[in-house]
Amino acid sequence: MTVGGWRPARVVETRVQTPSARSIRLEAPGWPGNLAGQHVDVRLTAEDGYQAVRSYSLGSYGASETIELAVDEVPDGEVSPYLVREVRVGDELEVKGPLGQYFVWRPESAGPVQLIAGGSGVVPLLAMARAAADAGTGASVRMLYSVRNPDDAIYRDELVLTADAGVDVRWVYTRSAPPEWDGVVGRVDADVLRSSIWPADEQPAVFVCGPTGFVEHVADILVQLGHDPARVRTERFGGG
Amino acid sequence: MRAVNASTVVDGNAIAGMLLDIFGADVTALFGTCAGCASEACFAEAVVELDRQIAIVRCRSCTRTLFTVLHAQEDPRLVIGALGAIRA
Repeated sequence: MTVGGWRPARVVETRVQTPSARSIRLEAPGWPGNLAGQHVDVRLTAEDGYQAVRSYSLGSYGASETIELAVDEVPDGEVSPYLVREVRVGDELEVKGPLGQYFVWRPESAGPVQLIAGGSGVVPLLAMARAAADAGTGASVRMLYSVRNPDDAIYRDELVLTADAGVDVRWVYTRSAPPEWDGVVGRVDADVLRSSIWPADEQPAVFVCGPTGFVEHVADILVQLGHDPARVRTERFGGG
Repeated sequence: MRAVNASTVVDGNAIAGMLLDIFGADVTALFGTCAGCASEACFAEAVVELDRQIAIVRCRSCTRTLFTVLHAQEDPRLVIGALGAIRA
């Protein structure tokens, strides 16, 4: 269900996720609930009436009127530094949504699911992992999460919880790894994907989310590995 | 909350909200055909160059402009380009 128009929302909780990212819970009276993977437009209005709108993925799903987004600060951005550094519990902003009918996972869809996240692209994929875990189908889900350094992982604690519910969570560190890490450190490549995601002959539904360059790099390799492009859904993040 | 009018390259997922304002429905999962190269893809998959005033929506196969959304005003306006057909 999608509902047009702006509705007021109030910040009810913020949590530091990484040195540059924060998750924000909003109470949005009348919010009709959302599917895992959907996003929300957020509108901020300055005292002089200047408005800025940005689109953020939801880490939450389901029928609640409380929604959660996680925002990674874009240096020199117009909106994200405010949401990461300034916004306080009790602040009001406006939201529109839920938005998106393409990059969504529905509990009734059967079969293996592969989630591939780069950086803050983990947010909608966490909602999918949570939804699958809650639906009792966590074991059908694999998640590959690429971060620069261990400290950059958004939703690390939440991913551990979904792993407890059967989701197979794998990590890629592109710059530095934790001391106990015995894998390689570097960019996602064909070897990494081959060894850690559902193989193409299992016909997984694949969801890739992250910065534009990451998504295109991963999508190209997936096709080389034999994944049907029609089963690979992508979402690219901009800045701001 | 002031910045230069920098454009970012995203995809059609990011403009679901402004397309909702125009169509009254979420169209990101609809398929559009490029009249230039005949390739078909979901709106969500299109290349989108987004800034404060305009979203330029391009065919991922041939880069032609499928349509442009002027969204600086309260009532956004969609200008059709090389978008040849839409289907569910």
